[in-house]
Amino acid sequence: MITFEDVEVTAWTSDPAGGADRVVRLLGPVSLALAERRVAVVGANGSGKSTLARLVNGLVLPSAGRVVVDGLDTADDGAAVRRRVGFVFTDPDAQIVMPTPVEDVALSLRRTVPDASERTARALDVLARFGLADRAHVPVHALSGGQRQLLALAAVLATEPAVLVCDEPTTLLDLRWRTRVDDLLASLDQQVVVVTHDLEAAARADRVLVVDGGAVVADGPPGPALAHYRALMTGASAAPSGERRP
Amino acid sequence: MRAPWAGPLGLHHPGRSVLHRAPVAAKLVALAALSLAVVLVRGLTAAVAGLALVVGATALARVPWHRTTRGLLPVVLTAVALGAYQTWVGDPARGAEAAVDLLTLVLAGSLVTATTRADDLLAAVTRAARPLRHVGLPPETVGLAVSLFLRTVPVLVRTVAETRDAARARGFERDPRALVVPAAVRMVGHARSTGDALAARGLGDD
Amino acid sequence: MSSAFDDTTTDEAARAQPTADAPREAALPAPRERRRPGTDVALVATFAAFVAACALVPPIPTGSGVPITLQTFGVVLAGLVLGPLRGFLAVALYLVVGLAGVPVFAEMTGGLGVLGKPSVGYLLSFPLAAAVAGLLSRVALRAPLRWRWAALAAAGLGASFLTVHPAGIAGLVWRAGLDLPAAFLVDVVYWPGDVVKNLLAGAVTVAVLRAYPDLRPDARARAPRP
Repeated sequence: MITFEDVEVTAWTSDPAGGADRVVRLLGPVSLALAERRVAVVGANGSGKSTLARLVNGLVLPSAGRVVVDGLDTADDGAAVRRRVGFVFTDPDAQIVMPTPVEDVALSLRRTVPDASERTARALDVLARFGLADRAHVPVHALSGGQRQLLALAAVLATEPAVLVCDEPTTLLDLRWRTRVDDLLASLDQQVVVVTHDLEAAARADRVLVVDGGAVVADGPPGPALAHYRALMTGASAAPSGERRP
Repeated sequence: MRAPWAGPLGLHHPGRSVLHRAPVAAKLVALAALSLAVVLVRGLTAAVAGLALVVGATALARVPWHRTTRGLLPVVLTAVALGAYQTWVGDPARGAEAAVDLLTLVLAGSLVTATTRADDLLAAVTRAARPLRHVGLPPETVGLAVSLFLRTVPVLVRTVAETRDAARARGFERDPRALVVPAAVRMVGHARSTGDALAARGLGDD
Repeated sequence: MSSAFDDTTTDEAARAQPTADAPREAALPAPRERRRPGTDVALVATFAAFVAACALVPPIPTGSGVPITLQTFGVVLAGLVLGPLRGFLAVALYLVVGLAGVPVFAEMTGGLGVLGKPSVGYLLSFPLAAAVAGLLSRVALRAPLRWRWAALAAAGLGASFLTVHPAGIAGLVWRAGLDLPAAFLVDVVYWPGDVVKNLLAGAVTVAVLRAYPDLRPDARARAPRP
């Protein structure tokens, strides 16, 4: 169970004219309770949906209000929350830390498996489960983009988190890999919150949140929520945030 | 730089030779000793002997040649240029020695990395950095930074190449700012994403 | 260009519309500042890798045994962008990994062998140069925006002349056996390149800090509190 209670996020921004830095609002106030197994978050680039996703594991802390995951406040119990919540980013290059796949998965396991050789064995098991057994010792930069994203997922799921949050996991992938990653996410037992531009994928969720201008403007079953989003993106009201990046 | 820097780590070649099984610290000390000897011991004979030693060790480790020689071409070119320059200023023996020394050092470094798993190397650096915890640097953080550094070099080389292509496509190739500013902004963006990913994976929490 | 690095939340901060009316802005809760060890480690490692990437760009030979490389650009940039402590750590990391034998120094060399080269003084001064550049940049970042580029370039140049050049000359005297005037003449060869590299580093720093204003909390231009 993920709960947002009157959450607001603000940040410093520089003044293009060279004056003092100032505070801007990125998100909120938002109140939500997410219990569904599959939650999709859609929104224009720069709408605040990445910030929303990052609140769930405490990567972004609320400037006001609080976020609670399974009874744990992300501001007070950040470490415990991150053990429960796995996070997959758009760009696997930013996420993969170690030079080879087996070492990267082993890094995720370092806290749960203290013995180094057992850790390697477990990491190889995990890679085999994700169809990467033959890539285990290949340098990461020699993997394809899709293989890298699969590796990023494998490294996060190796610790068996209760919740998985994905921030546009398929944006950089071709259609074949996108399908493969979507199928993998659909097959998981975990609660999955996925930020996506892929409306087909969003349509398969149990619940869809539409984020615009730092607020949740629609929330509900995929049908009506996505219809609202389509109207928003094609109508005049979408213009102010259309230029921004996530 | 079109050819990506393959990175010395990630070039690990699994094996069971004496060199693979030797402790990391011993290999690093041997590498340091060789580096020092190469600089301190003068003369072409000694230089060739050093190169022979490294080539022999590579054969002993049964590391395939393409593993250690990948990316070696620029070094060979530099070695040739170095030798040619010294010959031109009138010291061919010193030129040959400098060229051989350079090859020896690079091959030896590649050999150590080909026979050492990155996390073993990381563990050795982490152990060596243990006293730093007294100044607020936990050893795991040091080890992680080393590993991340080695992982990031090929990523940056690709970023620089892509940025250069973009600048060229827009006709900016003569303005260095057009080349470097986007690369630097992307680089910092990449570092921040990596920092987020590290935090998300619970690194820095313990 | 691919959008590989587009998933940075700070971009949302950089691009969010400032709230138009002042009373509402005053009502916004203050951003939560929190220690980000992961981001600091990533920044340090990335700038260390950037210095390596600069060193791997083919150098310009000068005939003195000390090639002109972009390394010093990377070193000064680390100090200016990251500040004294993280800048120092980034360049120190680069140096330690290189000395451990990984070929990240100029001409793809590495290992303790470089300590015997004529360029040893330059190399060993790099972490200090980044730290001094970082310290001077704290002053430079207080300059008004249109002077900031020049101020940062001056900070980089100042750091370079306080650390890199004296240490480099000392190294030339020690390893290449030159007398002091000769070593000085060799060093002078680098001065024009140094000026260009520091102007570039200043410009890059201005751009990076505008994109990511929270990178330097030690030098943030804040409105005076009422």
